[in-house]
Amino acid sequence: MKPFTLTRAESVEAAVRDFTGYQEAAFIGGGTNILDLMKENVAEPTHLIGLNKLPLNKIEATADGGLRLGATATNADTAWNPEVQQRYPLLSQAILAGASPQLRNMATNGGNLMQRTRCYYFYDTATPCNKREPGSGCAAIGGYNRIHAILGASDKCIATHPSDMCVALAALEAVVHVRSKDGERQIKFEDFHRLPGDEPQRDNTLEPGELIVALELPKQGFAKNFSYLKLRDRQSYAFALVSVAVGLELEGSTIKTARLALGGVAHKPWRDQDAEALLEGQPATEETFKKAADKVLKGAKGQGINDFKIELAKRAIVRALKQAAAGEHKAADIFTNSNP
Amino acid sequence: MSTDSNTNFVGKAPSRVEGPKKVTGAAKYSAEFDVPDLAYGYVVSSPIAKGKIKKIHADKVLSLPGVLHVFSHENVPSLAWFDRNYKDDIAPGGSPFRPLHDDQIKFSMQPVALVVAETFELARYAASVLTVDYEQQKHETDIESKRNDGSEPGRGKTGYMPPARREDADKGLDQAEHRIRHEYIHGAQHHNPMEMFGATVHYHPDGKLTVYDKTQGVYNCQQYITKIFGLSKDEARVVNLYMGGGFGSGLRPQYELFLSVLAALELKRSVRVTLTRQQMFSFGHRPHTLQTLEMGTGPDGALLGLKHYALHETSRFEEYTENVVNWSGMLYQCPRTYLSYEVAPLDVYTPIDMRAPGAATGSFALEVAMDEMAYEAGLDPLEFRRRNYAEEDQNKKAPFSSKKLREAYDEGARRFGWDKRPMEPRSMREGNKLVGWGVAGGVWDASMQKAAAKATITADGKLTVASAAGENGTGTYTIMTQIAAETLGLPMEAVTFKLGDTTLPEAPVQGGSWTAASVGSAVKSTCEALGEKLLKLAQKMDDSPLQDAKFEDVEFVNGHIRLRKEPEQSVILRDVLQVSGEREIEADSSAMPNPLNMQKYSMHSHNVVFAEVKVDEELGTVHVSRVVNVVAAGRILNQKTARSQVLGSVVWGISMALMEETVMDHRYGRYMNHNYAEYHVPTNADIRDIEVHFVEEEDPHVNPLGVKGIGEVGLLGVAAAITNAVYHATGKRVRALPIYIDKLL
Ligand SMILES: Cc1cc2nc3c(=O)[nH]c(=O)nc-3n(C[C@H](O)[C@H](O)[C@H](O)COP(=O)(O)OP(=O)(O)OC[C@H]3O[C@@H](n4cnc5c(N)ncnc54)[C@H](O)[C@@H]3O)c2cc1C
Ligand code: SF4
Repeated sequence: MKPFTLTRAESVEAAVRDFTGYQEAAFIGGGTNILDLMKENVAEPTHLIGLNKLPLNKIEATADGGLRLGATATNADTAWNPEVQQRYPLLSQAILAGASPQLRNMATNGGNLMQRTRCYYFYDTATPCNKREPGSGCAAIGGYNRIHAILGASDKCIATHPSDMCVALAALEAVVHVRSKDGERQIKFEDFHRLPGDEPQRDNTLEPGELIVALELPKQGFAKNFSYLKLRDRQSYAFALVSVAVGLELEGSTIKTARLALGGVAHKPWRDQDAEALLEGQPATEETFKKAADKVLKGAKGQGINDFKIELAKRAIVRALKQAAAGEHKAADIFTNSNP
Repeated sequence: MSTDSNTNFVGKAPSRVEGPKKVTGAAKYSAEFDVPDLAYGYVVSSPIAKGKIKKIHADKVLSLPGVLHVFSHENVPSLAWFDRNYKDDIAPGGSPFRPLHDDQIKFSMQPVALVVAETFELARYAASVLTVDYEQQKHETDIESKRNDGSEPGRGKTGYMPPARREDADKGLDQAEHRIRHEYIHGAQHHNPMEMFGATVHYHPDGKLTVYDKTQGVYNCQQYITKIFGLSKDEARVVNLYMGGGFGSGLRPQYELFLSVLAALELKRSVRVTLTRQQMFSFGHRPHTLQTLEMGTGPDGALLGLKHYALHETSRFEEYTENVVNWSGMLYQCPRTYLSYEVAPLDVYTPIDMRAPGAATGSFALEVAMDEMAYEAGLDPLEFRRRNYAEEDQNKKAPFSSKKLREAYDEGARRFGWDKRPMEPRSMREGNKLVGWGVAGGVWDASMQKAAAKATITADGKLTVASAAGENGTGTYTIMTQIAAETLGLPMEAVTFKLGDTTLPEAPVQGGSWTAASVGSAVKSTCEALGEKLLKLAQKMDDSPLQDAKFEDVEFVNGHIRLRKEPEQSVILRDVLQVSGEREIEADSSAMPNPLNMQKYSMHSHNVVFAEVKVDEELGTVHVSRVVNVVAAGRILNQKTARSQVLGSVVWGISMALMEETVMDHRYGRYMNHNYAEYHVPTNADIRDIEVHFVEEEDPHVNPLGVKGIGEVGLLGVAAAITNAVYHATGKRVRALPIYIDKLL
């Protein structure tokens, strides 16, 4: 770990101002990711700006009936917030399906969006990795790629975004509020994370020095018909091999609105609006669900060891849609979601 | 001993005597000892699997204020020359790895330098900026590529038994009505104890060392460093009071010991070296093993022939062996058996014993094959095992000193409800899950080693017993306290057991499930020796009612010495001590295995495991909802710690079945999931009902205590029972562990 300085910002203005003037500065929320990366010499900031004194830990209603989640509110406080639980249970369950209680107590909402891939090679400086060291090559291609992408990868990088929370945020069409020295801007969730392309070192569209201040959830929370289904190698404290977030609005047995996003399959939470369109106006039957699943995985490409994720993702989509349509979410299934 | 006593502790369930210390943080682990003026070492690991170090650019690092030294092969002083100096008690045949010895890289993550600095953080930083030039050479790390290159190993490793062979197995197989032949595989596994390896070396003003090291054997470490660094025993005391798990990884001295002692001696200063979690994957592991089993049965389900072949890797420099196939000649009755075992050298570090080494591997293959055979022959898998019950050890051609496996079958089947099991796979459901039941079991050595102990009782009636045994979380402190207290009729609170220190009488490394038998017997005989002295003193008392009693005639109970036949004739132990005027009375003794009995009998523990799984077939998820593990392991000294051992074994077995594997990227010859996030072991959410039961098994032959050890046997059969249950649930036979989601899709 490189020596670094640390300041604890007292205000948002001070935080963004403090970012400039260092060789490499970084914000630190709960530290559950960045400190690991620093210990592994993957991240080497010379200056850290602590965020936990900022007044950004509130969860409050917005004027147009949505909910605003402060960037420094912890994942635990967010998941257990009564408003979130009642109106956005999909988000609550997605958060609780991630990490462990201890980690969720530390992790912040802003940090969750910004957490980096769990690609084994990214973490091990003895191996080449374009994301860590642009131009060095991608060791995961042709290597051990069980946890890697099947959608939207490039020949430079096949990493996945590891978050559970973000999959729900993608399905819920959250908006990311960010601040910099130059002011505030809003980023639609689907535009926040990016595909690797030729620049796998860039995980998202946030500019250096920009601070996430809040996540805004629109009014529609799909509290009645939703599902977060996570498949992984153990029941807790493991990242998703494949996860599916579904929100449905039903009219009788017809799907009026559908939201569908996948985790563990791409460099970003993978929302498929074409598949959503395929579902909308259709009867909520297995046949419809299968069509949507096929649509999502149409362009999928395995890397050898992770080929199984294509079929697994299809089945997971169908299952999650079924669960959502049936409103079965309340009986949490210990085999697939168990960590609260 | 009489039963009306409250100092009869053996067989009861007292809690761990060191428990309060552990939960309050008072128990100190090796890297936690505060010693004055401590310097910190951080290990630099090789990024390549094979090649040469061309240059170590230490200058830049040495110029950092606070960095004290960079040790590497370029500057290590000349040390002992011969291999024998580097061989520890547990070393297999070959030439042990010498840290920082020369420029050769023999495995990925080999320690190539030790940076020592005033603080840990500085040492870590300095290590990260140390540049080392390597010349890479082509490595081989994949056992799959050595399928035809294995060879039969030599007998270099203590405890290794070349496989026994009986009559022509092929002939038996040819006569068989039903036959099977399959290959079974599991990848490399690492012990992953919670506590990472670390050593704190206290450099005393007179140049003597006290070494707090994470190890399962303090004497083993002492002889290792004294031989390498030319120290006398008096100059190198090794201590280990607690261990956050070892599971075999601490049987051999690991490189933190060598490096910290080297640095302390060179810098004439106290030094601590701790390894990182990633570096915990840089030494011994359970080897990636390929096994083939072939079996055939006659009309009545009797095994007519059995062949078991195993191949796993070893390093280029040592020939690691374990007993993988032998169990297949012992667990079931089969006259025609052919067992063969090979190893192949690769560019990896030498594997090391990991809980139930060999047997965990072998019993997985054997017990899945037995299930396959039962189905082929149309027999219930438990009934099939009963029909082939081994009444004697056919490898050794000797009777078992005791074997209550049949009783374990009965008990386990009853507790699990096995009689309600339909034979047909895919015949049980619960909601949208398939349910399956499987059975498997195992056999493990009941060993004993020589061990010594010392006991001291003081005038206030406090007893201290000591032996340099290990406590890696198994309950050694507690059971030794129980044995000592019971032998001398004292409350447990009056007894202190000391261990893990080379100033104490010698005990073997803590492994092989032999600590209870070896150290327990030594503690018992030492306390008896002390008892004899106490009796003599009691007899010197005026009007002693014990005047003419022989030692065999008396018993020590509830703080009294009394006549067995006339318990009212007694003296109070404290009175004896007071009247004698002695301030303390001491005795020492030792225990060793009885060679005659060892020759005459086969001494083994057994178990049987019943498992229930629920499988979501569509999504490939498996959950182990219920396990019953019944163990026949002689006398159980402490029901609670013994049960904990077996509970832990079941958790580990679930882990082996469903999640554990250290995956190597052979292009780099490097394990890639070398951390706790990606090397999966179960969490609470993965574990459901576990029932542990011990069948009563009296064994007058095995050792004076009648114990067989329960540290390892409980693991056997767990992975196989789960694999068999998965087959019963789904009709899919998985033969390569772990049973990941994708294997069931
Ligand atoms: C073993 C393990 C298992 C895990 N399992 C899961 C899992 O199953 N599912 C899952 O979803 N997650 C999992 N996590 C990840 C966890 O959710 C993240 O580490 C956590 O959300 C990061 O939040 P943090 O506040 O600790 O971020 P930090 O570590 O503090 O920061 C992470 C990054 O975000 C940046 N950052 C932080 N706050 C802001 C902000 N307001 N604006 C801009 N940038 C910011 C930092 O500069 C840094 O680059 C796991 C983590 C571990 C260690
Ligand atoms: S997949 Fe991406 S993160 Fe992983 S090695 Fe390749 S470039 Fe690096």
